[in-house]
Parts: sequence; C-alpha cells; structure tokens
Amino acid sequence: MARNGKHNGKSRGRSGKSNMRFSGWRRENGRVGVRNHVVILPLDDLSNSACESVAHNIKGTLAIPHAYGRLQFGEDLETFFRTLIGTGANPNVAAVVVIGIEDGWTKRVVDGIKKTGKPVTGFGIEGTGDIMTVAKASRVAKDYLQWASELKKEDCDISELWVSTKCGESDTTTGLASCPTVGNMYDKLIPKGIYGVFGETSEITGAEHLARARAAEPKIGEKWYKVWKAYEDEVIQAHKTDDLSESQPTKGNIAGGLTTIEEKALGNLEKIGRRCSYIDVLEPAEAPKKGPGLYYMDTSSAAAECVTLMAAAGYAVHTFPTGQGNVIGNPIVPVIKISGNPRTIRTMSEHVDVDVSGILRREMTIPEAGDALIDMVLRTADGRLTAAEALGHREYSLTKLYRSA
Amino acid sequence: MTAPHLLVHNKKDTVGVVVVEGLKAGTNMTCVVTANNSSFRLKSKMAVPIGHKIALVDIKKGDTVMKYGQDIGKTVADIKKGEHVHVHNLKTKRW
Repeated sequence: MARNGKHNGKSRGRSGKSNMRFSGWRRENGRVGVRNHVVILPLDDLSNSACESVAHNIKGTLAIPHAYGRLQFGEDLETFFRTLIGTGANPNVAAVVVIGIEDGWTKRVVDGIKKTGKPVTGFGIEGTGDIMTVAKASRVAKDYLQWASELKKEDCDISELWVSTKCGESDTTTGLASCPTVGNMYDKLIPKGIYGVFGETSEITGAEHLARARAAEPKIGEKWYKVWKAYEDEVIQAHKTDDLSESQPTKGNIAGGLTTIEEKALGNLEKIGRRCSYIDVLEPAEAPKKGPGLYYMDTSSAAAECVTLMAAAGYAVHTFPTGQGNVIGNPIVPVIKISGNPRTIRTMSEHVDVDVSGILRREMTIPEAGDALIDMVLRTADGRLTAAEALGHREYSLTKLYRSA
Repeated sequence: MTAPHLLVHNKKDTVGVVVVEGLKAGTNMTCVVTANNSSFRLKSKMAVPIGHKIALVDIKKGDTVMKYGQDIGKTVADIKKGEHVHVHNLKTKRW
C-alpha cells in the first residue's frame, strides 16, 4: 500500500493468480531466506557486550543480545539450544559468528548451525578476554558480511515460503477482522505447499474442543490435547492466584473489549481459517519434519517469546494480527502487522502493514483481506521492509521453562 | 449498506461488538450478523467504546454468554438488552 491506513482493500492482482512468486536467497541446505543477515550470536548473557562490539565494528552485521545461557539444565537447556541453533540456522541468516564465555557450549551452538552448511565460527572469551575476542571475531564478521553482500537472489515459488502466525494485543476486532484475514491466507496458501504454524497454548483455553478437532488425524489431536492439558494443570492451575485477569486476557486486551480467556481464544483460533488442519504438534523451537502443511507449536502467548520460537523453527515470514497495536518485531524475521481496529489505524498507523478495518465497515470481505495479506507477504519476501523493521523492532526473547541451577 | 455500529459473529450469540468510535447512549444501531450478513436494529442503553460488547437480549445473573456461537463465560449480574457487557458483569468459567 502506498500509505498506511489508506489501503482500499483491493489486492494488487498478484494473489489469486499464478504469479505468486518472490525472489529470495537459496541457502546451502536448499531452504529459501527472505533476508540476508550476518548474525553475531551470543551464547550467553555474559557475551552480549562482545557481540555488540563486533556489530558496532562491522556495520551491517546484527548482534542478538539475550538474557540467558548460564546454568540451565534438562528440558529448559534443550529448549535454549534449539532456539539459539535454530536462530542461526534460519534461512534469513547468511552466516553466523557465535561468541560465548567458554568454548564447550559455544561449539555446541556452532556445530548445530554448521549442519545447514552455512558459514559459522565460534569464539570463547575465557583465556582471551573481550578485546582480543572482539578483534578476532570482527575480522571473521567482516569477511562474512562482504561474502553475503554478493549472494544473488533467485526467483522462487510461494511454496518455498514458511509463514508463521501469532496475534498480540488482541481485542474484539482481531476476532472479527485481522485473525480471519490470516486464516483466509492459510486456507489459500497451505494447499499451495507452504509451511504454516500457530501456537499460544494458554490462549486456546475455552476453544480447546475446537482446536483438538482441527487436527489432521485423531492421534495428532490427542497429542495436541496432552500439550494443552499439561500447561493447564502443571503451570496455570499450579501457580495461579486469581482468574488471571490482566495477565490472560492482558490489560490491553481488556481495554480493547475482550472480557474472558474463552472469548480471546475463540478469536485467536480464527487465524487457522476454515479449511486447514494441523499435521503435527511441535516442541518450542522444533523444526517441522512432516513436510508442507500447518503445524501447531507449544509456545507462550507472549509475542516476542512466541515469534522467537517460530523463527528458530525455520519460519521466514511472520503474520501478526493486532487490535490494540502490539509493536513487536524480530531480529531475523520480518513481522507483518495486520489490524482491523480503526482507532489503532488512526493513532498508530506507523506500526500497521495491512489495514483491514474495511471489514468492520463491511467495505472489505475476508477473502479480499486475505488476498491483500498474501500480496503483502510476497512484497515482504521480495524485500519490502515491514513497519517493525523500519522502526527498528528486534525483540528476541528466549523461553525459560524454570529457574537455572 | 451504511457502515454498521455493531457486528455479531453468529445468530446464536447473545452479545455483539461495537465497531464504531464514540457510540452514544440511545443510538438506534445498525447491527449485522457476519455469518449470514443479516441485519437488525438495536438501541444502545449507554455509551460503549469501540471493541466493547453490548447485550442483544436480557441476560440473567449466572447465565452463559454466547459469542462465535460458543460459551465465553458467565454473568455475575443481570444485564439488560442494549447494555455494556464486560469485566464488571461477565467472568471466565475457566480460571
């Protein structure tokens, strides 16, 4: 669209036609990326400073600081490694420099990313110090950046895209407009062979009977239900002190008119459309293994945590419906914002990529909105910066299952 | 069709969503059921913000409220047709 808030609801004519193509970078493992980042990835919180120094030295590289990586164990540690390795392995990343406080776990992340075939080098700080580590890592980062800058894009079919979804700062307009827009996109693109994923385990509560029934086969539905029930019993019921009002739904959800978790969940589930069914249930940050189709991932409903996990599973474009105006972005994955709330369009237009408020005025149908979103997904894949990218939103939030040792 | 004031997901629903800013008390609202595009009229009993819900029928304390044709919780006060439905009179059944 030429200007946010001025979209007339009409597709530019590409979606729905045969020309659903984009240009992307084909990586060593065959996956296609839509961005070409050289990432400076800290193993742990202690290494953030060195990574940020390298990114400061080598303009155009991207440090991704985070809060964890020390003394984690068990399933929490496995989730951590899957997320870090998956971030480096994502096809939107051309090459990676990993810096950790020590060599052992640094090597584990390097070896995990190396399986994709992309360039990756690790550095340990102990015994070397920040200054020498930054100097050595900066030389490698410069070589990677110049190498990546010459990589050519190639013409790709939309079936090569992996498109994730998660909504945020939802209100009643998301269930009416922006979530069904994503659902319509999936109804059209899943049959074309894309990979999709939705999640937000706590936020299916009240619609779990519907979610369970949307599995491609009953045993996958049972697998899904076990995941949902485990979170309900082991986390929510075990730790709640009230009805979670202001946490789930959030204060922002309530300001937007959502009253209960059941109401929020029913709107949330509009994101998977009318015809799609999910073919497997993924652990947090687990890459899908059953081929093209829609997947469910066990995630938090917090925006940055969820998008970080989906990006680590290999998804290259994210579609994000919002009602009240969640401003989230991600360091490596473009996050496309879709909103149907006319007040948000009026007051926060700089955050919105696809305006579907015409649905509320009955000027735009859900299928038209779906086409407009597909068009924006392709333009984004082609290189159009999302609102979140232009505004510098790079939220990277690791999922922590329990306290470190 | 003129732009509606209130959208209702499903004909079984007992609440609808205000989709215009600045809705005043006493507005003779145009209401549309999105599932079948049917429309009806309803008078708002109070000013209700965009995105918030209005009762389509009288709902007794303790009754289930329906939206998307599904259960979205129980009322904790009597609600009259045309009144605002939110956290003051509707609660989750779950947590």
